[in-house]
Amino acid sequence: MNMIRLSLRMLLRDWRAGELYILTLALVIAVSSVATVSFFSDRVQKALVLESNQLLGGDLLITSDNPVPPSYAEHANQIGLRTTHLAKFPSMVSFGDNSLLTSIKAVAPGYPLRGELKLTNPPTEENVAQSVRIAQGIPKPGTVWVGEKVIDALKVTLGDKVEVGAAELTVVSIVESEPDHSVGFVSMNPRLLMNEKDLAATRLIQPGSRISYQLLVAGEEPQVKEFRYWIKDRLSPGERVVSIQEARPEIRSALDRAGKFLNLAALASVVVAAAAIALAIRRFIQRHLDGCAVMRCLGATESDLLRLYSYYFIVLGLVASLSGCVLAVLTQEFLSYWLEELIGVTLPLPSSLPAIQGMLTGMVLLLGFALPPLLNLRQVPALRVIRRDLELVNMHSLAGYGFGVGILSILFIWKAGSFKLGIMIMLGFLLAVIFFGLFGWLLIRLFLLTRSPGSGPWSYGLANIRRRAIPSLVQATALGLGLMALLTLTLTRNDLLQDWQARLPENAPNRFLVNVQPDQQEKLMVFFDGYAIPRPKVFPMVRGRLLKINDRAVSLEDYPDPRAKQLINREFNLSWTDTLQADNEIVAGHWWREEAVSSEHELSMEEGFAETLGLKLGDRLSFYTGGGSFSATITSLRTVDWDTFHVNFFAVVRPGLLDNYPASYITSFYLPPDKIHIMQELTRIFPNFLVIDVASVIERVQSMIGQVTHAIEFVFLFTLLAGFAVMYAAIASTQDERIYEAAIFRTLGAKKQQLARAWAVEFAVLGALAGSFAAAGASVLGYLIGKYALHITYSPSPWIGVIGILVSVIGVTAFGLIGTRVTLSQPPLQVLRK
Amino acid sequence: MARKLTVEQLIPVNGNDQPIIQASNLTREVETGGERLTILQDINLQVSAGESIAVVGASGSGKSTLLGLLAGLDVPTRGTVFLDGEDIFKLDEDERASLRGRLLGFMFQSFQLLPSLTALENVMLPLELSGADNARDVAHNWLARVGLEKRVRHYPRQLSGGEQQRVAIARAFVTHPKMLFADEPTGNLDATTGAQIIDLMFQINREQGTTLVLVTHDKSLSARCSRVIELVAGRAVD
Ligand SMILES: Nc1ncnc2c1ncn2[C@@H]1O[C@H](COP(=O)(O)OP(=O)(O)OP(=O)(O)O)[C@@H](O)[C@H]1O
Ligand SMILES: [Mg+2]
Repeated sequence: MNMIRLSLRMLLRDWRAGELYILTLALVIAVSSVATVSFFSDRVQKALVLESNQLLGGDLLITSDNPVPPSYAEHANQIGLRTTHLAKFPSMVSFGDNSLLTSIKAVAPGYPLRGELKLTNPPTEENVAQSVRIAQGIPKPGTVWVGEKVIDALKVTLGDKVEVGAAELTVVSIVESEPDHSVGFVSMNPRLLMNEKDLAATRLIQPGSRISYQLLVAGEEPQVKEFRYWIKDRLSPGERVVSIQEARPEIRSALDRAGKFLNLAALASVVVAAAAIALAIRRFIQRHLDGCAVMRCLGATESDLLRLYSYYFIVLGLVASLSGCVLAVLTQEFLSYWLEELIGVTLPLPSSLPAIQGMLTGMVLLLGFALPPLLNLRQVPALRVIRRDLELVNMHSLAGYGFGVGILSILFIWKAGSFKLGIMIMLGFLLAVIFFGLFGWLLIRLFLLTRSPGSGPWSYGLANIRRRAIPSLVQATALGLGLMALLTLTLTRNDLLQDWQARLPENAPNRFLVNVQPDQQEKLMVFFDGYAIPRPKVFPMVRGRLLKINDRAVSLEDYPDPRAKQLINREFNLSWTDTLQADNEIVAGHWWREEAVSSEHELSMEEGFAETLGLKLGDRLSFYTGGGSFSATITSLRTVDWDTFHVNFFAVVRPGLLDNYPASYITSFYLPPDKIHIMQELTRIFPNFLVIDVASVIERVQSMIGQVTHAIEFVFLFTLLAGFAVMYAAIASTQDERIYEAAIFRTLGAKKQQLARAWAVEFAVLGALAGSFAAAGASVLGYLIGKYALHITYSPSPWIGVIGILVSVIGVTAFGLIGTRVTLSQPPLQVLRK
Repeated sequence: MARKLTVEQLIPVNGNDQPIIQASNLTREVETGGERLTILQDINLQVSAGESIAVVGASGSGKSTLLGLLAGLDVPTRGTVFLDGEDIFKLDEDERASLRGRLLGFMFQSFQLLPSLTALENVMLPLELSGADNARDVAHNWLARVGLEKRVRHYPRQLSGGEQQRVAIARAFVTHPKMLFADEPTGNLDATTGAQIIDLMFQINREQGTTLVLVTHDKSLSARCSRVIELVAGRAVD
């Protein structure tokens, strides 16, 4: 039997007859929203990574105390990556009688691989505003580019020759900003950029000199990953791979959150679309009951029908998913174009994975929700051709929907990229369905009991819901689910954005001052007062070297992890405070206790830091500082919110313990752009200060947040579209009954107005039901997602309920009435003759 | 190996003497509200090939129930039905379905055309289900035979009731069934149209030598059949 041909023919016939529009529409929306979101977030995330990599000057950075082996660069070039290398070291630079400790960077052609180096012209009499331009290439041999501070301190002008070690180099340009300026907070002003060819002539490269060698690598993401993997086991001691995520934790958390949110948004549209598909399938089955009975009557076996409909749905799924993908490619292209215009960033091309994801989503959704009812459909009793009242035995079998939900869960775990998050969302929705179902059933039972005697639209509308109890329940649950996804998204979106903005307000600290001496504190505050800058909080800091852990001497050999080695090797910055900072949170142990015995000193350690060094609660650490040594026991572990850009310390002790040791102070403050000039004054008055400028990092993070905000707005639009599809499908799922009912009522003399009013009541009640489901569900889900996935505190607002119900009532009623308007204006006979 | 022989098996087999439909003690009970209700009781019936039987009786007397059982659309509480020598309730639902496809044709009061298929496609359906390859031509010829060659591309809702029932006639005969089961085929039609439909049905029935089981209220219609079975509250009366 040529079932494929027959099912294709049936598919075409059903399509022509308009039977499949809703199902196809829901499917196309599902696929295209998933694929568009994946395409788009793929591109945006790639762009964000690239963008943030500018802060590094490349995609990856290999740092070393010795020249980086040439084999690394060779391999990188072989697999298609671009490379360049540089050397960084501090040295005195002099001009005439003046000399200055300068941070020198010797660069090779290609630098920087990512981001831009900006040069500026010195202000002249006629041209007060400095003009900034992007550097082409690097300083030619024999020349240097210097920071403004060098110009000021050494009193050189462009064209003068400065001495760098044994070499004399001509100053030709002023550097306004370098992309890799602030990585790792080691940027010491002032700065000088020279060509590596002149390095030998300076004779500064000698055994024992403190030089940091770097290899910068950039290229396509897969190759960068490959290279990273390749180099992992080849690194010798003293060599380290750094990507921006490691270099700047605050950027990593912003990226993480953005990625998670975009994925959540995509998943929300999947849930909404799934609800629409489940509804559309329901209608499909109803419409095909008779046909199946007739075919059974005409000799079709169960397996005939199963095969017939399997082919039917596979073809339908493939065609709809493909159209969805094509639509997604077009939309994301348009979107990227729009976003590029808006933010002035070229988005990298997307990978093809989203298309595959979209196709899979479509097929899985359709088959997951269509197959179980289809398995029932083939069992339709043939006797139905004589007795119309014979329905399918288990049309709404939970097992059937369970299969779809199970399939969805797998999709979720895959898309969310996290088993926990996927399961959590799925369980959330599952519980919601069960709760909605039970609660709705109870409510409808209540309506049943309060049978009102009247004959107004209210009692007709309520009677309708009673009569269509199961379909009404299915409608309200599906609508509730769709709305819940929408609301959750709205809520978390706003909270996420607000949270970001709160973390990085306009006036987030953008300058750090290190090495403030105790007697300079007051003078510094007076200086700030003079320029109307609010007095910032100042933190004490004692530098100490970790000598022993639990009375065992610390040795570098105990730490194979290069990062741990580096931390051990460095001096610790110890601070003291009596209160926990607002952006810190104790995760183990306890904060200073009143009754603590003073013989044992307490110390609080940052969690990640402790983990890297393998330290735990109760460990006794001994430090050596300039004034002697002391010990303290770890009594608490803290997490620190690094993206706030506030001053924070890995190790903190109780006030008093370090009173006898030499302390300096550190502070951070916001320097408005129009007051940049005061920094010259500041370094003049306090020449010993180390100024760290994080303005560019903050700007980057802020612009990333801006980009992500736009992306989120858009993704949100898609979910909204899916929401409309659900509404449409929900209304349409009872359309046939309604059409028939309207014809009968009108034959019996009911006026259009009367029917419309009764239906309006019905829709409004359904809407209210769905809206309250959605509001309750969204509050819980939003709280959970905020807490466990996005790590933001979310506080449900009572407005959600009001807005959710209002939007739902108005939306469902409006949609419902528009959808049934045609029904009402058709002459009854035409309807009945169908 | 000794085998018990039944009376039927002793009667010499000779085409016309072998009943094409044989129902014995056919009983159907249903459970409603905890009560057992007998809607059909101990029906015994033998129909020879080529015969036409009218089943008459008041509304609710069990006519449709009997028809459904004879055609294997439903299973009885007790009793057997042999169609063309086959004990249909020994078969499973799928085997009964293919037997229906091979041997039976149907007509219903509400026509039961698939609304999404054109007239032609509706007639093609049984042929396609049985895997015939020239379905289109055969179906086309049959539509011409019932006078609808101009309406092949029309959908059921674009056809009048009489025209729809003509399509149903074409669909019923297109597989050359041995038996035709019709449940009040004129119930939804006016008298004139009904008469035309019945004329057409009997005419084709004669040509094809089809055995006919017809449920009807219509006295004039039952008069045209070779035998009438009257049901009263689920029992056959003579
Ligand atoms: N599954 C069932 N459950 C309960 N009652 C049933 C069932 N099937 C049939 N009946 C009842 O059995 C009786 C006979 O039904 P049937 O449809 O055979 O009547 P009928 O003679 O065809 O009537 P009509 O002329 O109105 O079509 C009716 O009273 C009907 O309500
Ligand atoms: Mg009947």
